[in-house]
Amino acid sequence: MDLLEYEGKQLFARHGLRVSPGRAATTVEDAVRAAGDVGYPVVVKAQVLIGGRGKAGGVKLAADESEARQHAQNILGMDIKGHIVRTLWIEHASDIASEYYASVLLDRSAKRPLVMFSVEGGVDIEQVAEETPEKLIRHHVDPLLGLSREEAVKIAADGGVDGDVVEGVADALVALYEVWTAEDATLAEINPLIVTPDREVRALDAKVSLDGNALYRHPENQSLSDSENEDPIERRAKEEGVQYVKLDGDIGILGNGAGLVMSTLDVVAQAGGSPANFLDAGGGSDAEKIKQAVELILANDAVKAVLFNIFGGITRGDEVARGLIAAFEDVKPSVPFVVRLDGTNDVEGRRLLDEAKLPNVYPARTMDEAAEKVVALAAGQPVGAAA
Amino acid sequence: MAILVDQDTRLAVAGITGREGSFHTLNNRRYGTNVVGGVTPGKGGQDVEGIPVFDSWAQAMDEAQPNTAMIFVPPRFAADSILEAAAAGVELVVAITEGIPAHDELRVYNLLKRDHPGTRLIGPNCPGILSPGKANVGIIPASFFKEGNVGVVSRSGTLTYQIGNEIAQAGFGCSTIVGIGGDPVPGSSFVDVLELFQADEQTELIVLSGEIGGSAEEEAAEYISGSVTKPVVAYIAGFTAPAGKQMGHAGAIVSGSAGTAAAKAQALEAKGVRVGRTPTQVAAIAVEVLGGTPVTAP
Repeated sequence: MDLLEYEGKQLFARHGLRVSPGRAATTVEDAVRAAGDVGYPVVVKAQVLIGGRGKAGGVKLAADESEARQHAQNILGMDIKGHIVRTLWIEHASDIASEYYASVLLDRSAKRPLVMFSVEGGVDIEQVAEETPEKLIRHHVDPLLGLSREEAVKIAADGGVDGDVVEGVADALVALYEVWTAEDATLAEINPLIVTPDREVRALDAKVSLDGNALYRHPENQSLSDSENEDPIERRAKEEGVQYVKLDGDIGILGNGAGLVMSTLDVVAQAGGSPANFLDAGGGSDAEKIKQAVELILANDAVKAVLFNIFGGITRGDEVARGLIAAFEDVKPSVPFVVRLDGTNDVEGRRLLDEAKLPNVYPARTMDEAAEKVVALAAGQPVGAAA
Repeated sequence: MAILVDQDTRLAVAGITGREGSFHTLNNRRYGTNVVGGVTPGKGGQDVEGIPVFDSWAQAMDEAQPNTAMIFVPPRFAADSILEAAAAGVELVVAITEGIPAHDELRVYNLLKRDHPGTRLIGPNCPGILSPGKANVGIIPASFFKEGNVGVVSRSGTLTYQIGNEIAQAGFGCSTIVGIGGDPVPGSSFVDVLELFQADEQTELIVLSGEIGGSAEEEAAEYISGSVTKPVVAYIAGFTAPAGKQMGHAGAIVSGSAGTAAAKAQALEAKGVRVGRTPTQVAAIAVEVLGGTPVTAP
C-alpha cells in the first residue's frame, strides 16, 4: 500500500522525524486558507503516487495569496502521467543548504533491512547508484537488533555529510528505521533529506509503502490509503476481497491462483491479445465468488471477450461451472466467454456447462487453445460453434 | 529417494482443529502420510479422527516425536507457531498460511538462522510438498502427479499443477514437488531446493517455476551454473505484469526496473537453462530432454 507524501509525513512526525509545517487541501479555497495558516512563502505540492511531479508542474512556490490561489487552481485536477491530482499539500517553504537521500527497505535477497544513504539527494537515486555508486552507502541491519545509534553515526560519517550535521542525520536515520519497523513499512524513503541554513535536518519529501498484510495491527493506518488515486473497479474489488488489477487491454481474464493468472495473461499476450485485467478467483471459489468476479470483469467497458482459465486443485470445476451459469442468469453478458476447465471435477463442470447451453460461451481444452480463441473473439472473428 | 517428505515423515499440524486444517490433514493421511498429531492451544487431549491434539509443540514432541510440522493457523499466529515448532526441535516446517506480515517473516527467517539452524522452513504462502507415492504435506492435489524422476520447485501452486499435469500426461512422473511460496521472505529459496534435488538420486531433471518480483530466479541461475549438473527447465510468469502492481502474491511485484520476467528469463538463459514461454512449452521441453529416460512405474 503506497502512501501519498503528506500521509508519509504524518508517519514521520509520529516517530520524531522533522518535517515542515503544512496542511492537506482538496479545494482552492481550502488551499489558500492552509497557506495563510502555515505562513508564506509556501510550496503547493500535487499529491499523486508518481515521480516527476516537479517536472510536470505539480510543485510550485507561492510568495503570497494570489500566487497560492493561482497554483492551486492550476494543479488541482492536473493529469500527471495518468494520475489526476485531487489533493494538495501546502507546506511552509524551506531554505536549503544541502540535499541528501535516505531510505530503509526490505532487501529480499539478503533477507535483511537495507539502509541507503547518499549526500547526492534531490535527484533520481537509481541514477546515483548507476553513475557514482561510491556515493551511495548501503548498510544491512540485523533485524533482530535494529539500527543502533553508532551504526547511524557511521553511515552519516561514511556518507560524507558536513561534520556539524552528523548527529542530526544519524537522528533522522534512526527515526526513519523506527518508522519502517513500527509501522510495518516495506519502504520508507526521504528524497531529499535537507539541511537548512541554520543546520536543521528535515524530511522535505516522503515515500512510504506499508505492508497490507500487517494493517490489522495498525488500526490508525487503515484510513490512510491510496484509494482516492485508485481505479474504481480496483477499489470495489478490494472491498469485496478479490485480487484484481486493471490493465489496458480488452480481454477479461479470470483464473485460480496468482501464478496461473499471471501465466494466462502472458499466453494471451503471446497469442496477440491484450489483457484487460488480472483476476485471481483464489482457491475454493464457490458459485457466489465466481458471479462476483464476472461482475467485476464486466464493469470494465473495454472488455470485448472473457477468458476463464481454471485448473482446479482446491477449486472444483463443477463449482466454477455453477458460478458461471448463475452469473449468466443475473448479469446476461453481451460479450463472448471462452472457458477452459481442468483439474478437480473438470468432467462434471464441463457437463454442466454443456447442458446449460449458455449463449456465446466457447469451451477450450487447453490453455493455449483458449488463448487463441479468446483473442480471435475479441477481434470479432468467428471461432466455430459456441457450447 | 525423493526430498524433504517421504515414508519417514512424521507429521504434526498446527491448526488441525480448524476447518481447512482438518480437511487437508485428513487428505494427507489418506494419501499415506504418517500424521502423528496436531497442535491447538487449549484443545490438548482432544482428537481429530483419531489424531491426538496437543496444547503445544513441546508437548507434541514429547508424546509423538514429529519430524515435520505443517502450519495452518491464521496469519497473526503463524510466526509464533513456526518458531515454537523449531524450538521444540522439529526439522522441517511447512507453512501454508497466506497473509503473514513481511516483518514477521523477516524476524522468523533471521531467528531460525541464528537460533535454530537445524530447522528448515518451506513457505509461507505455499501449497506444501508432495513426494508422489510416498507422502503429501500440504494442499497439492496428488491425483495429478505420479512417481517419477522430475523434481519441481515453484513459487506458485496452480501453475505447478498445470505444468506437472502436462508432464504426467506425457507419461512422466515426479520425485518431489516443492512449493516455496509467493511471499517476499520465503523460508527456503530456489537455491536451497536445487541443492537438495542435485543430491537426490531419484531426480534426473528439475523444473523451476518462477515469477516476477525479487531476485530469487537470478540467484538460482548463478547457482545452477556453478553447482547443478542435472538439466533444469524453467518457466517465468508475469511478462505482461505492469511495474508497481502486486499480482496476487505479496512477493509478485516489479519494482522500477527490478524483478521483471524478461530479466529473469535472460539470467537463466545466459547460464544455459532452457526457459519455456508457456507452461505447455516447459512440459514439452522437459519431456524432450527426458526422451531417452522412461519413467519406471511406481
